[in-house]
Amino acid sequence: MRGLSRRGLGRAAVAAAITVPATARAQSTPSGEPIRIGGSMSLSGGLAGNGRPAGLTHKLWADEVNARGGLLGRPVQIVTYDDQSSGAQVPGIYTKLIDVDKVDLVVSGYATAIIAPAMPVVMQRNRAFVSLFGTGVNSEFKYDRYFSINPSGSNPNQTFAKGFIELALAMDPKPRSIAIVNLDSDFHQRAAESARALARSAGLRVVYDRAYPPTTVDFSPIIRAVQAARPDVVFVGSYPPDTAGLLRAASELRVNFQLFGGPMIGPHITAQKLQLGPILNNLVVWDVYAPEPTLQFPGTASLIERYQPVAAREGTDALGYYVPPMAYTQMQVLEQAVKKVGSLDQAALAKAMHETVFDTVIGPVRFDAQGEWPEPRDIYTQYQGVQGNGVDQFKKAGTQVILYPAQYKSGELRKPYTAGA
Amino acid sequence: MDPDLALLLNGIVSGLLLGGLYAAAAAGLSVSFGMLDVVNIAHPAFMVLGAMLVALLWGATGIDPLVLSVLLTPAFWALGAAIYVAYHHFFERRGDEAIQGLAFFFGVMFIIEIGLVLAIGPEQHFADASYANVTWRLGEIDLPLRMLVPALVALLAIGGLALFLRRTFTGRAIAAVAQDREALRLLAIDPVRIKRLAFGISIAMAALAGGALVVVQPVEASSGHIFIGRVFAVVIMGGLSSLWGCVLAALAFGVVENVTASFYGPSWSPAVAFGALLLVLAVRPQGFFGRAA
Repeated sequence: MRGLSRRGLGRAAVAAAITVPATARAQSTPSGEPIRIGGSMSLSGGLAGNGRPAGLTHKLWADEVNARGGLLGRPVQIVTYDDQSSGAQVPGIYTKLIDVDKVDLVVSGYATAIIAPAMPVVMQRNRAFVSLFGTGVNSEFKYDRYFSINPSGSNPNQTFAKGFIELALAMDPKPRSIAIVNLDSDFHQRAAESARALARSAGLRVVYDRAYPPTTVDFSPIIRAVQAARPDVVFVGSYPPDTAGLLRAASELRVNFQLFGGPMIGPHITAQKLQLGPILNNLVVWDVYAPEPTLQFPGTASLIERYQPVAAREGTDALGYYVPPMAYTQMQVLEQAVKKVGSLDQAALAKAMHETVFDTVIGPVRFDAQGEWPEPRDIYTQYQGVQGNGVDQFKKAGTQVILYPAQYKSGELRKPYTAGA
Repeated sequence: MDPDLALLLNGIVSGLLLGGLYAAAAAGLSVSFGMLDVVNIAHPAFMVLGAMLVALLWGATGIDPLVLSVLLTPAFWALGAAIYVAYHHFFERRGDEAIQGLAFFFGVMFIIEIGLVLAIGPEQHFADASYANVTWRLGEIDLPLRMLVPALVALLAIGGLALFLRRTFTGRAIAAVAQDREALRLLAIDPVRIKRLAFGISIAMAALAGGALVVVQPVEASSGHIFIGRVFAVVIMGGLSSLWGCVLAALAFGVVENVTASFYGPSWSPAVAFGALLLVLAVRPQGFFGRAA
């Protein structure tokens, strides 16, 4: 407050006069009918490892909003049904939420495979729809009330694997061949499509390119066939159950690849980090956040601090780096749009969401015409120096360094990937 | 060694190891479905229940997962016996077992899964056996102990069960229940008691299979789903009431899956494996070791 002019003092006084009643108002208890926000959530099944932290974060947000005086002066209430990680359950859930439960607002559950089946129901009823970790969902539907909390932007088929391929091309010696392995699922097919297209345009020879079914138990034939194709780099897309199997097989078969990884969703879940331990070393993984000094948003660290005690109590994902910041952002977008519009009118909410730059725990968020982020923010990270199976090393900077994009880069690529050997 | 040959040999060896896991998962079902005519669709769910309990106990004690699963078998035997008593009382006694019994076990499956989610949570649970990170090498062939040890333990247990069925009076009575209940009554043996005992054994085998599964991979409440089709296929291919047929079919299934995955891609594995089942049934409707009706 050095060199404070009289005008400055006056401004400060005015500011104080405005903020004091505001905070006083905020402490008032919300009253009236609750605003009910409905969604499906994977609380059991293969996606539950990320679904439960998402649901928990939604509840955390609701509690915090209610403590601040609610939304439009009314309390908020989350209504969730378990979709059991099955897309087939989803349309029925949204039909019930909107037609029977008469919820005021809808949000999506976690993952592309759960968001896409909700779209027809939500579109038919003209609801504004904020989704969580959906990749390229709206490229087919072109629904103008869809808003995506996912860093992959509106053209993931071109951009998703960009970071990975750029890392590969920057290696010395320059790689000549690539293998592509992916789970046969919506998200991973898109990711693989992107790797395929970018690899071709970069002149990399695709020497192995296969998808595996979700029923796969033994991954050693896949890894062995990849080894036999002798690729320089390997791009893998997988979900938690198969990520563990693939990495176990890689370590048993003593792989040695210059670059190995991709959207291997798995180590994003704390329990899997701990089980895999040193097998993670030099693995390159697509992610949305890592606790590195180069990627700090004011809200993220504080949210994670508020989330972790709740997670410990509920026994869900202990660290909460992957899903909670994005799930909280999903609700913040809704909250700020409702506040801006001052009502629950779906058309007005959608209009506001297209026009506003939202101030969220993961920084400013905007949406383009397709409801995606105008600038993709996929990050590629590498696990380095993991020793044993302790959890504390993953809280420190330097364990999961960011390699891409340049503005968040916090470390150098280490080669080769040998699955902990 | 020629790379293709190495790929083939490794496909066969890893397929045999995978088949060992399938045999563990299917052996109990070979008793309940093959010998007792109980269509226990929940069998893989019992296996996952065993696996989750082993993972929890491993976390608490650090004892080897396979040892823990052996320790669980008496409790699972009792659980199986209790479930059979209910099943017999409500369905079998009245001759309603065909469809209602199937529905009953569907219900049991969902109760186990939801119960696990409510009690333990839906996350993956794992147990690390001390040998799980060791791989033996025989020239170009890899033998990961993570797959080998559970397969060997499963085969040992199945061998023990086969001896029991062949050599002991009770075991022979179980084998007889499958063929002729009335004849047992003439020998003053209560077929219901025998079936209760046998169903308990089949669920105890599921506990062992759970120990094998959790050594191989992390498990969550719904991990059993991908085994349902496979274990029934293995039991049918093996010839229903034949344990050795079941083992042979499980190994064949594993080998076909992994060799297919090695050369033609993993997408084809299930199709080729189930295609092989249809082929076997076309040539031998009674399965490998089944008796012609």
